[in-house]
Amino acid sequence: MTQAEQEIRFQEKIDREIKIEPNDWMPDEYRQTLIRQISQHAHSEVVGMLPEGNWITRAPNLRRKAVLLAKVQDEAGHGLYLYSAVETLGTSREQTIDDLHSGKAKYSSIFNYPALTWADIGTIGWLVDGAAIMNQVALCRTSYGPYARAMVKICKEESFHQRQGYESLTKLCNGTPQQKAMAQDAMNRFWWPALMMFGPSDADSTHSDQSIKWKIKRFTNDELRQNFVDATVAQAEILGLTIPDPNLKWNEARGHYDFSEINWDEFWQVVKGNGPCNKERLAARVKAKEEGAWVREAASAFAKKRDMKKSA
Amino acid sequence: MQESALFEYVLRLSDDSLILGQRLGEWCGHGPILEEDIALTNISLDLIGQAISLYDFAAELEGKGRNHDQLAYLRYENEYKNVLLVEQPNGDFAMTILRQFFFDAFRLPLYEALMQSPVAQLAAIAAKSVKETRYHLKHTSEWVIRMGDGTEESHQRAQAAIDHLWRFTNELFYEDANDHTLQAEQKVPTMAHIQTQWMATVTSVLQEATLEIPKNNWKFDGGREGRHSEHMGYLLSDLQYMQRAYPNMEW
Repeated sequence: MTQAEQEIRFQEKIDREIKIEPNDWMPDEYRQTLIRQISQHAHSEVVGMLPEGNWITRAPNLRRKAVLLAKVQDEAGHGLYLYSAVETLGTSREQTIDDLHSGKAKYSSIFNYPALTWADIGTIGWLVDGAAIMNQVALCRTSYGPYARAMVKICKEESFHQRQGYESLTKLCNGTPQQKAMAQDAMNRFWWPALMMFGPSDADSTHSDQSIKWKIKRFTNDELRQNFVDATVAQAEILGLTIPDPNLKWNEARGHYDFSEINWDEFWQVVKGNGPCNKERLAARVKAKEEGAWVREAASAFAKKRDMKKSA
Repeated sequence: MQESALFEYVLRLSDDSLILGQRLGEWCGHGPILEEDIALTNISLDLIGQAISLYDFAAELEGKGRNHDQLAYLRYENEYKNVLLVEQPNGDFAMTILRQFFFDAFRLPLYEALMQSPVAQLAAIAAKSVKETRYHLKHTSEWVIRMGDGTEESHQRAQAAIDHLWRFTNELFYEDANDHTLQAEQKVPTMAHIQTQWMATVTSVLQEATLEIPKNNWKFDGGREGRHSEHMGYLLSDLQYMQRAYPNMEW
């Protein structure tokens, strides 16, 4: 079969909603797009552990400490499934992680913003996990089988995290004026970065069209961003928090909320590595890898010794 | 009097769990491999869960209307009764694993014995926690063996951790009049009994790991009486930060 025929058959499978599996033929560009997207997602889970992990030792009570520990652990678990999904495409976890550390691979820019107060933890759960879910629910039907199946499990946990985050904010918003102010401050700092999580606007998104055709993506960045805004406004009202956008208003004709233009200069600066915490986040991951090198070497040396004993 | 002896006893158990759980939580996001990041925070989570049950019971025994968070967060340093071992800094992965191994090898036989306690609530907490602790000990034992019998570097690091932490291990078996009261009523086991089992576990695991028990047997204590190491104040500054900075609020 020629390459062109294979491509036609591949697209037919996609159009008929048949999942692509690891051993199936796939265009190289499809494979590369998935490796890029899934590894970026895996890195986001792992780097995302840092701003929240930062608050585990300072969680305000034992229940919150336990909930936060469990949440960050879930994220590490998501990182594991996703690295495994990347491995099904022929790239090892080690290689994928090296690409992160060299700066070649990206992760969600949201984690380059600092978690400064306890309210940030609730806000990250509510807005950041909320925005992630908008993306991820769509990905449960993505065309690549292992990615779609990983997403189903991840979505269940993420929606739990979002509810926990929201519940934690209700405590603050129904608490003292100081607590309410802490929640509003977190909202002010995280709202725009959360909207940026959906990526560049459709006009500037280089990968969108082909990804939609291959059903890797089911909705465009702007569609998902709009859905997120529409879903979140009412939740903010219940909390009594003000969304920091004077132009946010319901547009009857469109059936959607209108909102201000994102500060794209800031968006691209943070993507390029100039956000408030980019350097710290990457440095923490590199340090963990370097300081853990002897542990990994010990484990593999030990495994080899035991294998030799068995075969002797 | 007996209630207060039991309160003190349960408080010690609670503080050990809390402080070690707090230390392990510091690893989150920094583990040597993702699987170990998960394992360390998982052990932390188990210990915090145990601390909640134990503090709830302690609060009930105390009968002064304090809850688990007030006990965990709002005491002064010299009122915490954990052993010095658990407050020691994480150090490298070898230090963290050895600290955990020494603790698990103590906690497992202690919980097994407490399952037989006529104090029903204590027996119930022990029965729930023993399963978790058995897994923790299995996990840390495997790592001690892997490190000891892995590379030269891992062997040296594991031995250095043992040499450093050994002086804190005797305090695990600390006893005072409080314990003797409860032992006389057969509510809790004698520490000699626990120590024998601890030593058997430690000896067999270190032997398989080709690691050595230090010859210097000089040991010290103080934690059970509220005299801590210099590390404790910093640990509590983090732990208590929110409760101290924003008093009397619900989170």
